[in-house]
Amino acid sequence: MDLHFHGPKPTAAEQAAVDSVLGPPTSAWAGGARNIEDEGHITLLGGHAARSRRDLLLPALHAVQSRFGWVPPGAVDYICRRLTVPPAEAHGVVTFYHLFSLEPRPSAVVHVCDDIACRIKGAERLCDELEHSLGPEREGHWKRSPCLGCCELAPAALALDAGESPRATALAPATHADIMGLRTSGEERHDSFESLRRSVPQCGDPKLRLLGRIGQIDPESLDAYRQSGGYTALGRAIELGPEGVIREVLASKLMGRGGAAFPTGRKWDAVAKAPARPHYVVCNADESEPGTFKDRVLMEGDPFAVIEGMTITGFATGSERGYLYVRGEYPLATRRMRLAIEAARAAGLLGANVMNAGFTFDVELRSGAGAYICGEETALFNSIEGKRGEPRNKPPFPVHVGLFGKPTVVNNVETLVNIPLIVSLGGEGYARVGTPGSSGPKLFCVSGNVARPGVYEVDFGISLTDLIAQAGGVPDGKAIRAVLLGGAAGMFVGPDKLDVSLTFEGTRAAGVTLGSGVVLVFDESVDLGDVLARIAAFFRDESCGQCVPCRVGTVRQEELIQRLRSGQPIGSRDDEASLLKEIGQVMRDASICGLGQTASNAIESALATLDPIPEGKSSR
Amino acid sequence: MSTDTVWFRPPPRPSHTPQPPEQPEPASVDLTIDGQAVRVPADWTILQACGSLGIDTPTLCYLENLTPVNVCRICVVELAGARTLVPACSRVVEPGMDIRTDSPRVRLSRKMVLEFLGSSVDLSTAPQAQAYAARYGACPERYGQPHAPSGPGERDAREPGHHHAPDGSAAETVAQPVKVDNDLYIRDYGKCILCYKCVEACGTDAQNTFAIAVAGRGFDARISTEGNVPLPDSACVYCGNCIGVCPTGALMFRSEFELRKQGQWDESRQTRTDTICPYCGVGCTLSLHVQDNRIVKVTSPLDVEVTHGHLCIKGRFGFEFVHGGDLKADANPEG
Repeated sequence: MDLHFHGPKPTAAEQAAVDSVLGPPTSAWAGGARNIEDEGHITLLGGHAARSRRDLLLPALHAVQSRFGWVPPGAVDYICRRLTVPPAEAHGVVTFYHLFSLEPRPSAVVHVCDDIACRIKGAERLCDELEHSLGPEREGHWKRSPCLGCCELAPAALALDAGESPRATALAPATHADIMGLRTSGEERHDSFESLRRSVPQCGDPKLRLLGRIGQIDPESLDAYRQSGGYTALGRAIELGPEGVIREVLASKLMGRGGAAFPTGRKWDAVAKAPARPHYVVCNADESEPGTFKDRVLMEGDPFAVIEGMTITGFATGSERGYLYVRGEYPLATRRMRLAIEAARAAGLLGANVMNAGFTFDVELRSGAGAYICGEETALFNSIEGKRGEPRNKPPFPVHVGLFGKPTVVNNVETLVNIPLIVSLGGEGYARVGTPGSSGPKLFCVSGNVARPGVYEVDFGISLTDLIAQAGGVPDGKAIRAVLLGGAAGMFVGPDKLDVSLTFEGTRAAGVTLGSGVVLVFDESVDLGDVLARIAAFFRDESCGQCVPCRVGTVRQEELIQRLRSGQPIGSRDDEASLLKEIGQVMRDASICGLGQTASNAIESALATLDPIPEGKSSR
Repeated sequence: MSTDTVWFRPPPRPSHTPQPPEQPEPASVDLTIDGQAVRVPADWTILQACGSLGIDTPTLCYLENLTPVNVCRICVVELAGARTLVPACSRVVEPGMDIRTDSPRVRLSRKMVLEFLGSSVDLSTAPQAQAYAARYGACPERYGQPHAPSGPGERDAREPGHHHAPDGSAAETVAQPVKVDNDLYIRDYGKCILCYKCVEACGTDAQNTFAIAVAGRGFDARISTEGNVPLPDSACVYCGNCIGVCPTGALMFRSEFELRKQGQWDESRQTRTDTICPYCGVGCTLSLHVQDNRIVKVTSPLDVEVTHGHLCIKGRFGFEFVHGGDLKADANPEG
């Protein structure tokens, strides 16, 4: 590969930021000093070695972005030289993620969530206030953001401060005064773990199986985790042996909790039996579905459970390496997971010879950089590998050709937290929880117009009405206008369908979807047309742009919604309705991945039954 | 030397023509396409299987000499039992597949893809896409008036994430000024359907130069050099293999571009002559496109084993000498 560099030379500070991730350059190939004794006069050593570290592209870019607040061209060139990445490809990667900027930006930037849940809790007012005090958005001191995953405490903001000791702080609920105070104080804000109780209204209930530790024990203490029963499941798993564990997981009938509801045991079995080596475990913690925040709460409140779940997965599937891909907008979850990995490693619970049982497993944490699409499993692989987060075509499936082209088991955070429970209860014991078609406890992310928003743990089988009642119902005696089930990729449910049973089979029968467990409640005062416009804008922003149906379809869908809202349809409103059906159909049928395939679900379901944009009531 | 025994005796001449060693029959797969049973080699794609039955499957991002990327989605077919349609260009055949290539679902998806492209991209120099649009009854006008073109460099500077919400009165397009920054070829990204072919040809499928890549995200995704620098500052080596694979004329010889601008480009007046490149010993086949006794474009046939359609800067662009400039002036530039 003959790479061409023309840009400015990297500064010493830029080199130092990159070297903090990649280490000092070891050869002239990687941009270091030439060592004639080792390399000889003719050859340059290290091309293959450098290329094999391409997966460090994203971590290196993160180091530069958080050091300078943007990614200077000299730094990109230096990273490319170190890793033998063509600069044009690196440009393609940097411009893919919205937390990276190729233009100089202020070192302190506040990202303000204006997505669905925050919208109905005053996000626009917050944006107006920030515009007043920090200037217009284009000046870069603040920026609108898609869902920050703090919907239970809406409105949310994420303050990023670049520098030698960069800071990242999530603020929820975010007030103008909080944001300005944080900017001037320059201090790191430390939330105590007790504050997590705000996110788990059931906190303290002894019947909780998945959320039991959250807000109750110190998530940064391995001892506290072990005293509360942690790591007994891993010990039991080692007694059962890999086949035994897979047998239990198959018997538990656990279905993936990330949204696709694929049987976890079958996935594991396929990877365990795949002849190609090595095998990988990937924990998908790129939780970006608007309205979803359960994985954040799990990682912030019970990080060791995630690690233990991953370790059991690695043991059962014969994987020695796990990757934990946490979305870049979750600073506290990232910090706690990192601490947990270090503590587990120090205690011999990760690394070579885990628990002195003779098997090796270690976890590496990778941060996303702002791209909803990277929650799609194959896009996530590409992102880890240092490529643009574009989904791959399936088949081949990840269990055969996954991360780095090897058999990979990829599970959602909530799925993995269920694993220690399955091992402890036994597969059949676990399967008795819930309904025959949907086993186990399930987390729901209840937010919007309810009295007590938060993560709720219930056994499968509860009805939507009962769940909303458990969350305190709609405040101020207002009526429910609609519920968004499953997030932006899910569907709207009208007040007439609230008796739907929240199980995989129950939602399927009702023609809706459980998705990632989002229950976003809208009361009668909410302008659903505005919510639909936000959902349409979200998919247009987050489409990776690879395939035509989704790249253009999401744009045409948004334009159509805006035409309806401004009362200027092309032809009649019925014409627009049938056009939307065709747009939805091609996205569902012909898109490469789930993003495009579900991008019109919520909008079509709302227009079909809820009359979200009443005729003659132009909103502009 | 004790005896006269020959220490080596050649084997007797064969009495029959030697045959190659027996190869195992390539595994084959039985499937059904549009109700017809067909048996094809197991490593074929659905597209190849359709071709063997004479079914003309539309493709835009597919080319025989490139790795299929299945991004245009125009070749989708209906596979019984599958939740979604599947891309014919990359999906390998499996035993028992039951495929329909002209069902209402397939026709709708193909029509919509062509409408999406036709309403957002200038397809005026893409005759193949126009023919498909006519075949599937695509009507790109129904998305409303096209939006005003974006200014120079505007699309290249777009960041991923939030965009200004449209009011729906105009259909967003990729229209933008043509990039003319060198003497050999131009880049008119208002005609780009983002089929990834140029990126593949610049990368591991042909040239291994990696001068261009897809940048940006979603509708703002575009082909870009590193840092969006002009071509002369980029890693481009001007092999022109990206032009060779471009299906819409977004990448075009400067000579063709200038003739088109003057209204002089006329393919009916052109002849095409295959010859061998005079520059080196590889022996690449060149197809010279000649109009009014001047070479206006050079391509190479896809099915030639030497080139597979790819050339280098000399074969692609080094034809001016044929037109016989002032030789004396060339030899002695000082006069």
